[in-house]
Amino acid sequence: MSTRPMTTRPMNTVPHPVRDAATMLRRTLRHLARYPSMVIMTLAMPVVLLLLFVGIFGGALNTGLGGGTPGRGYVDYVVPGILLMTVGYGATMTALAVNRDSTEGIIARFRTMAISRASVLTGHVASALARTMASCALVVAVALALGLRPAADPLDWLAMVGVLALLALALNWLAVAVGLSARNAEGVGGFTVVVQVLPFVSSAFVTPDSMSGAVRWFANNEPFTPVIDTLRGLLLGTPVGSSAGLAFAWCAGAAVAGYLWARAVFRRDPRQ
Amino acid sequence: MSISQSQPAVVATGLRRAFGDQVVLDGIDLEVAEGSVFALLGPNGAGKTTAVRILSTLIGADGGEARVAGHDVAREPHAVRAAIGVTGQFSAVDNLLTGAENLVLMADLHHLGRGEGRRRAAELLARFDLEDAAHKSAATYSGGMRRRLDLAMTLVGDPRVIFLDEPTTGLDPRSRCTMWEIIRDLVAGGVTIFLTTQYLDEADELADRIAVLDQGRLVAAGTPDELKRRVPGGHVRLRFTDAAEVELAARALGGSADEDALTLHVPNDGSVRSLRALLDRLDDASIEVDALSVHTPDLDDVFFALTGRPSTEKENAR
Repeated sequence: MSTRPMTTRPMNTVPHPVRDAATMLRRTLRHLARYPSMVIMTLAMPVVLLLLFVGIFGGALNTGLGGGTPGRGYVDYVVPGILLMTVGYGATMTALAVNRDSTEGIIARFRTMAISRASVLTGHVASALARTMASCALVVAVALALGLRPAADPLDWLAMVGVLALLALALNWLAVAVGLSARNAEGVGGFTVVVQVLPFVSSAFVTPDSMSGAVRWFANNEPFTPVIDTLRGLLLGTPVGSSAGLAFAWCAGAAVAGYLWARAVFRRDPRQ
Repeated sequence: MSISQSQPAVVATGLRRAFGDQVVLDGIDLEVAEGSVFALLGPNGAGKTTAVRILSTLIGADGGEARVAGHDVAREPHAVRAAIGVTGQFSAVDNLLTGAENLVLMADLHHLGRGEGRRRAAELLARFDLEDAAHKSAATYSGGMRRRLDLAMTLVGDPRVIFLDEPTTGLDPRSRCTMWEIIRDLVAGGVTIFLTTQYLDEADELADRIAVLDQGRLVAAGTPDELKRRVPGGHVRLRFTDAAEVELAARALGGSADEDALTLHVPNDGSVRSLRALLDRLDDASIEVDALSVHTPDLDDVFFALTGRPSTEKENAR
């Protein structure tokens, strides 16, 4: 390389994917730190949901579950479902954040810079993982205070972290793709509905056996049910059965599909 | 690699782009010498922004070739990006961060290192008069401050070629002058500037060469003086209270009359001498004028001279 003015600086012609993604992660974490209300919302919503289900609906729902397992309260049944909703809620925030980036023009700037192309997306997903895991930890802590009696050994806990992380990866890559595709914040609404309503039609709050016909079939076969059943098995020591394999397949498949979708949308020419 | 000094900073040949069935760029050829200021002049919807987006690797072209800083935009986009800076019409700042944080973010993405990045940020904040607002969220900035921060962010990476897409559109006159000063300083530092604008005076003020874009085609190119020579001088617009007066005035002065609007356009360079002569002739003919206004040539005159149509017809036709 010559030192003539027209040549580009060699240090910037080689992409630094990890370094750039770390910079983008710092950026999104700084957004969170700057707006504590957003963090509180993210952390508080799942806890409110937990209190609602345990404190208000818990008694009635537990009766519906056939009095529950002897010696176990509704909190034991509902925590896996709340954890799943926590991950879904976090992914909704990601979709909104990515959408704000792409509608505000900052992504156009990143696209014309000699940086690793997908780093801005990777940064969003990485910060979403951190945020979601913190939320999940808080949910478990509150649940313990409410009387959750887990039967999990350290390995089970680790496996639960793994399941939640994989689920978060899947939902957040989908969220990134949705955020990039949507023309505005309202366009993200469909995704919000899917991740926040589908858990209700699953084994999250009541067992699908108590549901009627088509709804029961749907609840038994939708992707969230095996994930919840796996978490429940790990948490309470009940048999996991074929749920683990199904849960892994759904999450891994969605993560890969979400990543490929997000990459395809990002590579396409931006909208006018 | 060896690059001769005479190699242009930007070359485009036969650049084409359509969105759906709407052709936005219909085969344009451009050449911008290194270290010069080039202005792409045209009304809204002429295709200026699309040209910038293609040359800055943001979108692809449907046809034609372009090289920026010696690299092909389609085949070596990363090398082009390492050499350019882009400041768009819509600000590309992170609203959730402060001005200083935005600049440090750019420094990190250019891998400048912590100390160097902060030093560069501080220097740019001072240069762009943003020190007082350095630690305020960019969302609270005024239009002019935002545009300055946007440009400062572009400069963090020391680009050799800078694209400025309508850098002063929507700014108040003072911010506009500040922006012009900044652009002149950049040129003095040796960078190449590719500017788009819808203001003839801006292109005249800043550019070494101007190309006029109309509906995706270049209709003229040259130095500001060459261009202005092709555009007739300004005109005086006279308004009257009744049609008879318009007719009398048209007979005395020539020009083009609009009987419905009760106005008469008379070619005039706007100098005091020629205005006095005009008024004298009106007095001699005892014609009563309701109102008079002087118009210097603007984009509309350029367009009228070059295309025979006013530019406003194509508003929002992007």
